[in-house]
Amino acid sequence: MAVDPLSKPRKPDIARGAKASRSPWREQAESYFIHHRKVARDSASRMWRTPVASLMTWTVMGVALALPVALLLLLTSLQGVSAGWESGARVTAYMKLDASLEQTRKLAEEIGADGRVDGVELIDRDRALTEFRASSGLDDALDYLDENPLPHTLLITPEESARTADGVASLLMFVESMEGIERVQVDLGWLQRLNAMTDLLARAVWALAILLAAAVVLVIGNTVRLSIESRRDEILVAKLVGGTDGFVRRPFLYTGAWFGLGGGVVAWILLQLSLWWLSGPIERLAGLYSSDFSLSGLSFDGAFALIIVAMLLGWLGAWIAVKRHLDDIEPGEIAGG
Amino acid sequence: MIEFRQVTKRYDSDHTALRQVNFHLDRGELAFLTGHSGAGKSTLLKLLMVMERPTAGEVVVGGQALNRLPRRQVPYIRRHIGVVFQNHQLLFDRTVFDNVAMPLEVMGASPRDVGRRVRAALDKVGLLSKEKMNPLQLSGGEQQRVGIARAVVNKPPLLLADEPTGNLDPKLSADIMNLFAQFSQVGVTVLIASHDLALINEMDRRTLTLDHGNLIAGGTPLQGGFRGR
Ligand SMILES: Nc1ncnc2c1ncn2[C@@H]1O[C@H](COP(=O)(O)OP(=O)(O)OP(=O)(O)O)[C@@H](O)[C@H]1O
Ligand SMILES: [Mg+2]
Repeated sequence: MAVDPLSKPRKPDIARGAKASRSPWREQAESYFIHHRKVARDSASRMWRTPVASLMTWTVMGVALALPVALLLLLTSLQGVSAGWESGARVTAYMKLDASLEQTRKLAEEIGADGRVDGVELIDRDRALTEFRASSGLDDALDYLDENPLPHTLLITPEESARTADGVASLLMFVESMEGIERVQVDLGWLQRLNAMTDLLARAVWALAILLAAAVVLVIGNTVRLSIESRRDEILVAKLVGGTDGFVRRPFLYTGAWFGLGGGVVAWILLQLSLWWLSGPIERLAGLYSSDFSLSGLSFDGAFALIIVAMLLGWLGAWIAVKRHLDDIEPGEIAGG
Repeated sequence: MIEFRQVTKRYDSDHTALRQVNFHLDRGELAFLTGHSGAGKSTLLKLLMVMERPTAGEVVVGGQALNRLPRRQVPYIRRHIGVVFQNHQLLFDRTVFDNVAMPLEVMGASPRDVGRRVRAALDKVGLLSKEKMNPLQLSGGEQQRVGIARAVVNKPPLLLADEPTGNLDPKLSADIMNLFAQFSQVGVTVLIASHDLALINEMDRRTLTLDHGNLIAGGTPLQGGFRGR
C-alpha cells in the first residue's frame, strides 16, 4: 500500500472545508484553465466523432446565417448606388424654343453665380441635335425635319451641400422661376423610390435576420438537448460527486459555441461562393446601365463578426437547452430503492 | 458527524417514508442501516446527500444543517460525502482511472494531484493494475470496488453505501465490508444500508433498524447493548 488515501481525515466542519482550498490561488486558476481547455477540446472532438450529423447542423446554421447577411450586403450595395447618384445629381433646364443663345448665356452666368450651384454647362441646340443624332440612331428621320426641334439646354451641377433631395428641390424651384426657362427636370423620382425601397428592404432584412437568428438558436438548442440526453449518466454522476451546475453545463455550452463556429464558417463559404457565382452577371448588368454598381463581399472584419455572432448564437441556444433540460436532471433517481 | 432530529419524510401527501427519526453518528463510527424493503433506508441516505429534503425535522451533517441549504451549496456538501450504490453507476465511455478521477475533476484538482490520489485510491481497493481498462472489462466485484475507490478518492469524512454488496458472493462481500471497516478506523464515518443480516451479524457493529419509516432499534449512541444484535 503506497499512500493511504484516508490517512488525513478532513476536519468535521463540512461547509467550511468546502470553501477553503488547500492549493494556492495560482494553482487553482491554472487547473481551472486546464479544465476549460480540456472541456473545449473534448466537446470539439465529440463533434468530429459524428461528422455527418455535425456537418448537417453546420449547414443548416450556415444557410440561416448566410441568407440575411447576403441581403444586408445587397442592401449596402444598393445604398451605395443611390448615394453615388446623389453625388452626381444634375438639374437639366430647357430654354424656351425662342430664347436666343445670348439670353441663354446670360442666364447661365446668373445661375452659376448662385451659392447652391457648382457649375453650369451650356449645350446649344445645334450640339444637342448632333448628340441626339448620334445617340438615338434616328439620323435619317431627323433629316426630314425642317428645323431643329431642340431648345438650348443648361446642365446645372449643384454645390456639394445642395446635393440632397431638399437642396435639389429648392434649386429646381429657383431655376424654374427664371425667365426664358421652359422646363426644368431632375430625375429625383426614381431616387426617392429607390431610397424608400431600400428603407423598406432594410426593415424586411432585419426582421428576417431576427427570425433566422431565432431559428439558429432553436436548432442548436435542440441539438444540444439531444446531446444532453445521450450524456445523461455522465451528468448524473457528475452531480452525484459534487459537480456544480457550472461544471455540468460547461461541455454543452462549448458544444453550442463550436456549432456556431462551424455554422459561421459555412455561412462565410456560402457567401463567397454566391458572390463569385453572381459577380459576372452583375458586372454585365451594371455595364448595361452604365452604372458602377458592384456587389461587395464580406470584409475581414465582417467575416470575423459573422463568426463571432454565430458562436454567440450557438452558445445562447446551448444555454437555453441547458437551462431547460439539464438543471432538471437530479441524481435522486440513480440512488434506486 | 451525522444527526437526525425528528426527521419526517413524506413523499406524496399520504405516503410517509420516514417518521420522526432521531439518531446521531460520531466521527469514525461505522453503522449499518437495515429493515424490510420499503422501510426507508434509501430515503434516509438520500436526505444526507440532499437528493431529497425532509418534510419536517432537521438533518445535520458535519455541523451543517441541510434543511435550508441553498441549492447552489449542495454540490459543495456532496464533495464531502462519498457514496456507493448497488448499481455502481460507473461510466462505460471512459477508463477506470477516469471514472475514479471524477470527484477530483469537479473540484478542479490539478492533474498532478489527480494522478496521485486516483492511484492511491485504486491501490487501496487493489485495482491499481487495472486503471487503464474499461469498467465493462471488470467483474461485478471489481466494478463495485471501482465505485468504492471513486467514493473515497477525495477523502470524504462521510461514506454512505446503499446495498454495496447487493449480489456479490459472501467472500467478496466480506472483503468489501472489511474495506469499509478500514476507512472507519482512519476517522471516516461510514453508514451502510443493507439487507444482508448474516453479514451484519458477523461484523458486530451498531445497527439502525427501520420499520415502516420508524427507527425501532439502534437510535441512541453506541452503547454495549447495541453491539452484536
Ligand atoms: N421518489 C419517491 N416518490 C414516492 N415515493 C417514494 C419515492 N422514493 C421512495 N418512495 C417510497 O418510500 C418508501 C421508502 O423507500 P426506500 O427506497 O427508502 O426504501 P428502502 O428501505 O430503501 O427499500 P429497499 O430495501 O427495497 O431498497 C417506499 O415505500 C417507497 O415506495
Ligand atoms: Mg433502498
